[in-house]
Amino acid sequence: MTDSNVYTASELLAVMSGRLLSDGQVVFAGVGIPLLAATLAQRLHGPGLTILFEGGTIGAFVVPGELPPSTNEQRCTRKANMLLTSTDVLLLLQRGYVDVGFMGGAQIDQYGNLNSSFIGDPEQPKTRLPGTGGGNDISSLAHMIVAMKHEKRRFVESVDFVTSPGYLRGGDSRAESGLPTGGMFRVVTDLAVMGFDPDSRRMKILALHPGVSVDRVQENTGFELVADDNVPVTDPPGDHELAVLRELDPERLYTA
Amino acid sequence: MTIPYLELRRRTSERDRSLREKVMSLEEACRFVNDGDQVAIGGSTLSRTPIAMIWALIRSGKKDLSFCRSIVSTEGDLLFASGVSKHIITSWFSQGIVWGVSKVMRLYTETGRARFEEWSHMSMGMRFRAGAMGVPFLPVRSMMGSDVGARLKDAVRETECPFTGEKLLLVPALNPDVALVHVQRCDAYGNAQMDGLQFMDIDIPMAANRVIITTERIVSNDQIRRMPDQTKVPFFTVDAVVEVPYGCAPHECYGAYEPFFNHLDYYAKQIARDPETGVRDYLQRFYYEPRDWTAYLELIGLGEILDASRRGRRIYDD
Repeated sequence: MTDSNVYTASELLAVMSGRLLSDGQVVFAGVGIPLLAATLAQRLHGPGLTILFEGGTIGAFVVPGELPPSTNEQRCTRKANMLLTSTDVLLLLQRGYVDVGFMGGAQIDQYGNLNSSFIGDPEQPKTRLPGTGGGNDISSLAHMIVAMKHEKRRFVESVDFVTSPGYLRGGDSRAESGLPTGGMFRVVTDLAVMGFDPDSRRMKILALHPGVSVDRVQENTGFELVADDNVPVTDPPGDHELAVLRELDPERLYTA
Repeated sequence: MTIPYLELRRRTSERDRSLREKVMSLEEACRFVNDGDQVAIGGSTLSRTPIAMIWALIRSGKKDLSFCRSIVSTEGDLLFASGVSKHIITSWFSQGIVWGVSKVMRLYTETGRARFEEWSHMSMGMRFRAGAMGVPFLPVRSMMGSDVGARLKDAVRETECPFTGEKLLLVPALNPDVALVHVQRCDAYGNAQMDGLQFMDIDIPMAANRVIITTERIVSNDQIRRMPDQTKVPFFTVDAVVEVPYGCAPHECYGAYEPFFNHLDYYAKQIARDPETGVRDYLQRFYYEPRDWTAYLELIGLGEILDASRRGRRIYDD
């Protein structure tokens, strides 16, 4: 039985970020919540949503209960239209065929730069993280949705290392660095949905999840967020959304 | 380090490119890898990883090998911990997201005992492609503005396009000394056919100066010639063909077996307790002690093999 009042933070993330994808789009999805949320969107409202995986898949429909451990296993190819080489599927980003890049993140800053490489000084890191994978390519070349947990240690004024570029130092710095296309579109967390101010390129609260205040979002953020006076509230995850999500990930591989 | 074009051509011209049989054992194939070589690994993450060849290289005690691969999983831990390598070039390095960040990778890189040189995934691919094309670099529109690109400043060049004036990043060709690629089918000459995801394994053999193919099974040249469209590696790039059933275990081989999840959970637990002794014990038990590849598979266990095979073979079912 599905209880719509009880859901994990990861489930909230998957539902809320899945709602941002539309039927007919081409989305380049990373492993974890992005893969799950994109698959959820296919089942709920986007049967024509084309999912790309960096392993080389065009148009996958991941089978419920058979989530892959990365985007490079045969489970990522079920019911796909085509398999390319990894290099060629990544080049689709550069050629401009991808509507949305969709990733998770370990650490993000006020301009939407993501760090998944080093915590602390890169020369003597406190923690060496697994690195960019396709993250740098996706965020350099596509409009991005990022799904991640909202914690103060993850939302920092300036990341220790820019693995995947957002708006870099704000203003026009992204385009001036040789990245004239793409950029951060939305950051979805378990507290809110955020976008970026069109001029300053600083992170801005666009919507709050049910029961969450602007103050609470701010308290969990290591920099000052932009916010309008009246911030709308998202609809809570519905019974059907949660039921389909739980069918996709019955073992809670990604939604523990 | 980019190999000058004439040197690259000289190395290729000196290879025996005739249609000849190259079937040998894992141990014999090790002679194509010299200490200090740069070695490319085919597949990606847990897929079509040439584990058997890596297993043989670790057992043979090779030294100072530098590895490059699209994405590195458990094999990277084992290459560091066995002392075979202190340098891996890749875009992502950990067992897999469901097992968290590799404690062995962390132990070796955070203490400076080994180097994880990070490039973007597409840049890795374009480096192999440039190598395969016989050009010294290719331009990309990624890694600019980021610290991934900044950290590689001695290896890459930011430039203006001579036609449009746009900013571009030039990434240097990778022409590895040796490539290790595992496939589903190959003939005795090295005509290799792979099913499913190809990753960078079309460019890698073309880029490399020597190629070792491990294969689930060796098929006849007649069979290859009945489906030449399925051949992804031309025979004249190949130096050794080794038949190794379950040659990716505990990783996946498309259409044959999925990852051996129980074994991978066991490995993750083994290194989580204490990465230093955990990985050493794992190497001892699974890499150094078994008398041959069959004994290694016996240790992993028939139940695991059957489970992975049952899941793997389902890929073409409705």
